[in-house]
Amino acid sequence: MTTATDPYVLNIGPQHPSTHGVFRLRVVMDGERIQDVEMIVGYLHRSMEKLAEERTFTQNIPFTDRADYLAGMSNNLGYVLACELLSGVEVPERAQYLRVIFAELQRIASHAMANGQLVSDAGAWQTPLLYMWREREKILDLFEMTCGARLTTNYMRIGGVAFDPPPEFYPAVNQLLEELPDRIEEYYRLLIDNEIFLARTTGVGAITAEDAINGSLTGPMLRASGVPWDLRKAEPYCVYDRMEFDIPVGRHGDAHDRFTVRMEEVKQSVRIIRQALDEMPSGAHKTEIPLALRPEPGEAYARVEGPRGELGFYVVSDGGPAPYRFHVRAPSLINLSLLREMAIGASLPDAVVALGSIDIVVGEIDR
Amino acid sequence: MPRASRQLEGTRVAERLEAAFPGVVTRSNDEWVEVVPARVIEALQWLRDDDELDAAQLSSLTAVDRHNHFEVVYHLQSLDRNHQIVVKALLTDHDTPALPSSYPVYRGALLQEDEVYDLFGIRFDGHPNLRRLFLWDGYLGHPLRKDFLQLEGRFPGLPQFPFEEKGVQVR
Repeated sequence: MTTATDPYVLNIGPQHPSTHGVFRLRVVMDGERIQDVEMIVGYLHRSMEKLAEERTFTQNIPFTDRADYLAGMSNNLGYVLACELLSGVEVPERAQYLRVIFAELQRIASHAMANGQLVSDAGAWQTPLLYMWREREKILDLFEMTCGARLTTNYMRIGGVAFDPPPEFYPAVNQLLEELPDRIEEYYRLLIDNEIFLARTTGVGAITAEDAINGSLTGPMLRASGVPWDLRKAEPYCVYDRMEFDIPVGRHGDAHDRFTVRMEEVKQSVRIIRQALDEMPSGAHKTEIPLALRPEPGEAYARVEGPRGELGFYVVSDGGPAPYRFHVRAPSLINLSLLREMAIGASLPDAVVALGSIDIVVGEIDR
Repeated sequence: MPRASRQLEGTRVAERLEAAFPGVVTRSNDEWVEVVPARVIEALQWLRDDDELDAAQLSSLTAVDRHNHFEVVYHLQSLDRNHQIVVKALLTDHDTPALPSSYPVYRGALLQEDEVYDLFGIRFDGHPNLRRLFLWDGYLGHPLRKDFLQLEGRFPGLPQFPFEEKGVQVR
């Protein structure tokens, strides 16, 4: 005998640990299965794109690290690259290397957070998360000794970076690079073959390569579906064209592959930072630019490979001291485009793991 | 004008597009190609399916308010051929702008069109679930329009920029 069930509505969030911020899912459930899902966002909307139109190009840099507060360096970098493309400001060689080093450190910190949260969502409540935060903590210490802030770094400048790292930075970063490979092995031993973790993540939220491309997915989401697309290789910015590294890809596009791709990317980031530290020349870390930069009328779209995917900054100038239009192509928001496809038909715990594997940052979704 | 390193010339794209659909291109230059808004879907679909242009992914969709008209800007990219194409559509109706939704061609447009609708008030016909993404229903005005701050009950914004000569208005 089957029992008929009535669909019911379940609200997850806005305040809920597995939504990673103030993010709300309105789920229609039929028994154990999800019939429909709608995301309701905007709780963190600060209208940065409007605010930016009243501030000079330089004054807008701190906004970018407050959008995606887990990847401040990458956001700073994308924005200053757009301004440099627009205004033609040259960047000294040393600054290019420093940008690569800090962007990759940021990627490691962000991936540690993403993977830790995913494991936490999958049921290993807090312990692996706090282990992964050890490395993140050390990276944030490096940021703090260099630019004074841990999350809202405001480190990149149009024409370079704000500060040269202090002398104590180099031994600390070298020690971190020594430790990291062992730590990654530790996480692999702890998690990658763990039966419970496999059961919770294998096949969950799977997306095919065609769907991922058509749905504008980028970053680890796209690579986990088997598409070897990385802007650091495809459209090298800074000095990524001089670095040797591989693009890890997955096969099934499920939560487990996304976890593995992020883990492998941490290894590649360690390689890149080692090379950058070895090859970094001495010299100036910044070129002087006018207090109020006035690029020629025009527009520029610069993209970087952020930890969450393609992080684009579309900046339009009308010749004035502030951007006429400032737009962030936010990977966190756009990676949610296929959320319905991922969630419908799944059970609620699986949907939570699928959402965790997307690695959203609500500050960037809402801006 | 600055062009990203992997960006195709707009004029080259325009030639191909014009050959396939006469009259679809309104303007083009080194950077971008501008198409008739009502025909944007056929243009995008053809760009996506063409072998040479192969714009498989919609990288970004946004809009710019130019005071008397809107520009909707599509950044497309080919992952196989590694290039970028910039397509624009110009909406001259500033009060009730509308154009066809690109969701049937690119599913990645779903949330980006919601965002543009919310912040600019541009309607996308054929969008499966067009709604205000960040702000609530009934919110007065669309914040990224240039005339938003002049709306009744809004703080008028900066009178002028710091470091500027007197009398130069913030737009």
